[in-house]
Amino acid sequence: MKYVDEYRKKELILSVSEKLKSVSKKEIVLMEVCGGHTMAIHRFGLHSLLPPTIRLISGPGCPVCVSSQHFIDLAMAYSKIPGVIITTYGDLIRVPGSATSLEKERANGSDVRIVYSVLESLEIAKSNPEKNVIFLGIGFETTAPLTAAAILQAKEEKITNFFVLSAHKVMPPVMKALVDEGVKIDGFIAPGHVTAITGTAIYNDLATVCGLGVVVSGFEPVDMMQAILMLTVQIESGTPVVEVQYQRVVQGEGNKVAQHVLTKVFELRDDSWRGLGMIPKSGLKIREELSSFDAEKKFSVEVPASTEPKGCICGQILRGLKTPVDCPLFAKKCNPSDPVGACMVSGEGTCATYYKYRS
Amino acid sequence: MLSHGSGGRMMHQLIEDMFVKHFRNKILDEQTDSAILSIGAAEIAFTTDSFVIDPLFFPGGNIGKLAVCGTVNDLAVSGAEPLYLSVSFILEEGFPMAELETIVESLAAEAKKAGVLIVTGDTKVVNKGKCDKLFINTAGIGRVKEGNRHISKALNIKSGDVIIINGTIGDHGMAVMNARESFNFKASVESDCACLNHMIREVLDKVPVKFMRDPTRGGVATLLNELVGKIGLGIEIDESALPLNKGVKAMCEVLGFDPLHIANEGKVVIVTGEQEGHRILEILKNNELGLQSAIIGRIVSNHPGKVVLKNETGGRRIIDSLSGDQLPRIC
Repeated sequence: MKYVDEYRKKELILSVSEKLKSVSKKEIVLMEVCGGHTMAIHRFGLHSLLPPTIRLISGPGCPVCVSSQHFIDLAMAYSKIPGVIITTYGDLIRVPGSATSLEKERANGSDVRIVYSVLESLEIAKSNPEKNVIFLGIGFETTAPLTAAAILQAKEEKITNFFVLSAHKVMPPVMKALVDEGVKIDGFIAPGHVTAITGTAIYNDLATVCGLGVVVSGFEPVDMMQAILMLTVQIESGTPVVEVQYQRVVQGEGNKVAQHVLTKVFELRDDSWRGLGMIPKSGLKIREELSSFDAEKKFSVEVPASTEPKGCICGQILRGLKTPVDCPLFAKKCNPSDPVGACMVSGEGTCATYYKYRS
Repeated sequence: MLSHGSGGRMMHQLIEDMFVKHFRNKILDEQTDSAILSIGAAEIAFTTDSFVIDPLFFPGGNIGKLAVCGTVNDLAVSGAEPLYLSVSFILEEGFPMAELETIVESLAAEAKKAGVLIVTGDTKVVNKGKCDKLFINTAGIGRVKEGNRHISKALNIKSGDVIIINGTIGDHGMAVMNARESFNFKASVESDCACLNHMIREVLDKVPVKFMRDPTRGGVATLLNELVGKIGLGIEIDESALPLNKGVKAMCEVLGFDPLHIANEGKVVIVTGEQEGHRILEILKNNELGLQSAIIGRIVSNHPGKVVLKNETGGRRIIDSLSGDQLPRIC
């Protein structure tokens, strides 16, 4: 398959691995920010191809995992309102809230539907004019423009029963917050698809101010090995810069159309991240002029103070401080069939990835 | 919850903790695709299945064809010659007669092809909104030939035995998904839905087989995990040997599914000795339902209880049973 097979060639991966072993001298820690990267590293067994000097840690780039408990509880409360249809990307329905999950609410009679695109939610709204459709908007700069486009389309088509509960977030503030918090990182493997939208300028401060290497990477094994090599070369030579490995997709300026749609619909707000707490200007809120599509404005529900599951160390895992195997619940009380924390639910969650690819 | 019907771990937990707990008996405890009953001198295989697939029509078949194939295959992989089926319909008020007739016609045509008779049935109609269009329940009876009783029990499996499949994996699940969701993938993916009894009969008549089962819900991964649980040995699968349609591969890449977890409705997994394996492969490849047959892995003595996949890039990873709710209502 084009764009897949050529980036999984064994000989190519091994030759990058050899090069890496000869280049790497210092002990370094690289954070792969994106859950898709964590998946690829484990799926293709890349750890075994790295020299012992290079340690990879997983970051907060899985949208399901970083969505706050309050957001999940709010979604659950909305699902109980008569006449409401909740539409959501699949993974979210299994995330345990403080008391229950959307999956359990669905079994109790709530109308919760999995969609693969927010535009399906619009169709559902059109064909159910007597119901209110609330789309649970999660994800970073990759999925947020789609939600924004759906809101603009709803406005244009005068659809009045379509709403968004936004937990959309942006990447740069959380990366900066981790560095400020003192998590030891020498360089970032930056998310390819986020950068395809935003462009590379969002990382400039990390390189120039914080002195960290940043390489925007694709998601195939050759991509990731090359990105790790590029970072290692930067760090060894003491010249941290922002580079793009994923050149077949990412352009320096990003996707201008998507950026425009995004800013037209959303504005930045302080937002709460699971395990990381409140991070200034890290979330996306629907602008006042489009507030008729904002579920939080339309529906008022009482949500009790959220409680994090006991014993779960998702927060420390999301900050790269611990790995899932450090968690006493991992693969025991917490597993994909019966997840305790969000990192075990999402296909791209660090815990789910460790569980799936443990050997 | 819907996950309890996915064919994965939660369904097995429900079966164990609820149904087996209350119904316990020696025959049920075997937990094979068909129950094997000794009635007088005869050995009879007996199975039942329900079909709630959405949509009713999908590329490569419809609920009627699927009902026959699913039931016939459950009997055939138990080493039985399928003979008689029952078919019951639960219809939602207002369901169009023309659609029903199309479904019944394909049911009849598929039964004829498989050489089974539909000898009894039942019809119920429920109020609009109380069931989704049409559900079908079947039962099937077959005769187990002398010497084939062991086939669903996975006895005598040894390290070095080979694992064979009769073609590409994941076609049914992805075809249904593509038909149901509005992806508009241009890839043409058709369900593999087919009765395997004639092909299986030919194999069993000519070559000894140690174990056979159809990898339906939960896919090949779940089947192999159940097998390692029974035999106390491990399995190693070679990713590069897995037959995979281009369209299915592309859909799985885009949607993040593992084809090993996707349902099949015209596939059988066979375990046998190395030499026998090559003879079986020859037979399968000469059958139109087995053109892309392959040896996909082996039974191994290291890592007992685990299914490990050697991937194309040299890495190794554990393949687990499906957990949770990947694609509800695919059969």
